[in-house]
Amino acid sequence: MTSSGRVVVTGLGLATPIGIGIETFWEALLEKRCGLRRIEAFDPSGLPAQIAGELPSFSLRDFIPKTYRKSAKVMSRDIEIAVVSAYYAVKDAGLNTKCVIDRGEAPEPANVDSRRFGANIGAGLICADLPELAGALSTAAVEDRRFSLAKWGEEGMTNLTPLWLLKFLPNMLACHVTIVHDAQAPSNTITCGEASSHIAIGEAYRTIARGDADVCICGGAESKVNPMAMIRPWLFGWLNLDSNESPGDAIHPFNPRRNGTAAAEGGGLVILESLEHARKRRARIYAEIVGFGAGTNVESWSRPDPRGRGISLSLRNALTDAGIDPERVDLVAPFGTGIETYDAAEAAGWADLFGDRLQDVPAMVTRANVGNNGAGSGAIDFAAVTMALYNNTVPPSLNTTGPGAACSFHFAQNDPVDSKITYALSAGHALVGGQSAALVIRRFQE
Amino acid sequence: MERRVVITGMGCITPLGHDVETVWRRLLAADCGIAPTTLFDARTFPSSFSAEVKSFSLQKCLGADAEKHRGASRNSQFALGAAVSAWKNAGLDTYMGLDPTRVGIYLGGGEGPNDFDPCAAAALAGCLDDAGELMPLDTVRWADTARKVFDAVNELEQEPCCAGGHLAVQFNAQGPNFNTLTACAASTQAIGEARHIIRYGDADLMISGGTHSMIHPLGVTGFNRLTALSTRNDSCLTASRPFDRTRDGFVLGEGAGVVILEELEHARRRGANILAEIIGFGSTADAFRITDIHEEGRGGIAAMQAALDSAGITAADVDYISAHGTGTEENDKIETLAIRRLFGEHAKKVAISSIKSMMGHLIAAAGVVELITCVLAIRDNIVPPTINYANPDPNCDLDYVPNEARKMPVRIALSNSFGFGGQNDALIVRGITD
Repeated sequence: MTSSGRVVVTGLGLATPIGIGIETFWEALLEKRCGLRRIEAFDPSGLPAQIAGELPSFSLRDFIPKTYRKSAKVMSRDIEIAVVSAYYAVKDAGLNTKCVIDRGEAPEPANVDSRRFGANIGAGLICADLPELAGALSTAAVEDRRFSLAKWGEEGMTNLTPLWLLKFLPNMLACHVTIVHDAQAPSNTITCGEASSHIAIGEAYRTIARGDADVCICGGAESKVNPMAMIRPWLFGWLNLDSNESPGDAIHPFNPRRNGTAAAEGGGLVILESLEHARKRRARIYAEIVGFGAGTNVESWSRPDPRGRGISLSLRNALTDAGIDPERVDLVAPFGTGIETYDAAEAAGWADLFGDRLQDVPAMVTRANVGNNGAGSGAIDFAAVTMALYNNTVPPSLNTTGPGAACSFHFAQNDPVDSKITYALSAGHALVGGQSAALVIRRFQE
Repeated sequence: MERRVVITGMGCITPLGHDVETVWRRLLAADCGIAPTTLFDARTFPSSFSAEVKSFSLQKCLGADAEKHRGASRNSQFALGAAVSAWKNAGLDTYMGLDPTRVGIYLGGGEGPNDFDPCAAAALAGCLDDAGELMPLDTVRWADTARKVFDAVNELEQEPCCAGGHLAVQFNAQGPNFNTLTACAASTQAIGEARHIIRYGDADLMISGGTHSMIHPLGVTGFNRLTALSTRNDSCLTASRPFDRTRDGFVLGEGAGVVILEELEHARRRGANILAEIIGFGSTADAFRITDIHEEGRGGIAAMQAALDSAGITAADVDYISAHGTGTEENDKIETLAIRRLFGEHAKKVAISSIKSMMGHLIAAAGVVELITCVLAIRDNIVPPTINYANPDPNCDLDYVPNEARKMPVRIALSNSFGFGGQNDALIVRGITD
């Protein structure tokens, strides 16, 4: 197939606290729903922050072939989220992959060549299942409630299932997804915190553009709804501790009321495809990816740079790659953790590029709706921005203020706003490590 | 015009030493870096030995700059040590002409070592009742202890992209900074992807490689439960036996390797010493099973084939293969099969060795250290041996350069890395000819 190097978005699959599946998610976003609640997965009353964004319940067997049910036993929550997202993404794209065929939902043959089907999935520092690990460790207790490493090595460790480690290797998200959907082309796993999904999507875009694959499934997934995953951001001072009674108030992106963020689980996978491949199978095209750029905070690996220089470089690189000036951008989508120092750095980074005009460009942020989904955050944002562009609709941004001295961005307040969008710019930034990445999406035109 | 990518600097921190030349000398001398584990008391573990990095000091590597990186994990420290040495090797410590926005980082950085003692303390607090009897986890009791025992810096350093953050600060590298963690294939993948970034034009110079230490109680537990590790506790020096019939698993190692990748013209303009060119890279997924490699080596063959295709060469052009060669029954058999299938007649002629026989398996950092040895093999026309090779295995019937280094012309070398979960990556390097 001769390639123009053009890459389009043909499928969106999301698993978020405000909805699973892109349509459910989009409607919830338009209705300003919030997915943060008191934690139900475990008793959170010992934790300083007791709220999080949990997914609506689902049954994994609805998303995998019957023959794969045994393997589901070695999936951590992060892997499950990726597998669910993958199913929604390929179905939304009309891709009849091995999974879809094995489930009897489409006839053979597959409409994608496995050897030209790649994966690039962002993953987090996957937390061990705490009841399982803590329970096993405690079998190595000796007198005086002491832990004995000798006892652990000798017998305690056998209380962990032999395949225990395989639940927590970050590349097992891509491993399960590529097996279930039979994607054998270039594969990668990006572990750059909240920037992971943007990097994974950007890399997949380049993989297809240079001709190494026709189709890629890409994005990211993570669960931070785990006692250990909630202790960490608390130790770093990131969590809002004042909203246990009012979870809907936990995250206020770029708002003077901001007081920290909230942990969540979720993510998404999207289908990118060469234009030729998409055309040949008459796929619905949401948008075209036309730019990818990255930059890094060199001030610190653990604190934001108040001037947001790595962030602004990533935005600038993405626009240069797309061959457009900031003036051409019709929609901006910052990450917006709700942590004061990070939001300030991000606002500075965007303002560095857009200047005073930033307050005039329509903007959107999803963080108050879905929380901090770690490596999955960017895929949720990317899908939301793609939907906004596809529908020429800017969704309202929950818990933000209108433009003015208090906020650098122009967020829609109560209702969706009709707005012609040709170019949108979406970005993600790692809270630890300093990595930033940005993507430029364009309305699809022949 | 196509942008070519060359290696202009190399550095490593490994169980066989903290600088490239020492490590190379010891590899050629068939020296072994494996010994009883000292990082924790592993005496009752199924595997009580490992290949540790000995007497490492960040202060020695970085001087006064070490203070900037206070609290750095073992991973981040190894990465800094290897990178500083690669940076100097590339002559960048005295070169003032770099555009920092065109300098990036791409590591295969592992998760930082788990902080085990607080982890165990909180577990016991949550799972033992007042009488000291086991009970299902009480998260309230767990949290009560967890809030007191975990340390913010140690937890933060576990993020896999943290090492890359340290390097960005150390070298003012403002460009793309990515981290991949495709298990044992991570640093090979990082270098291949970093090459793509330079070729595309997003950077002129990339600091790439990997860093990892899983020599901690939970790391060894994980691999022991998988029965992936050798358990020859009474003869650890000969425990790592890639391709030998009596092999019983790999030996866990730790360390870091960093290569400076540079666009060819950029390197020439600044008069850099060009060590080798990366001419090919292939990455594939087995898409087969979570626990097993595809029986016919499908993904490994496809990765090597993609690397050959992108290099524009054929299998017969390859003189040396740095094998993934872990010393597990399955890997060595299928890697051999894959090479045999892809290389045909030439399979018997190509020299293949596994340095994991001498320094263990550096997991995410393994691939880059192996690539460094490929570059040195080309430079010196000598290939390192596979030590502990005594018993031929009918399933492993190729030339593994047994036990002694071999002088031979090496123009083109291929380095394989295969990760758990069916991740396959291959890189091809060549000496600079024009």
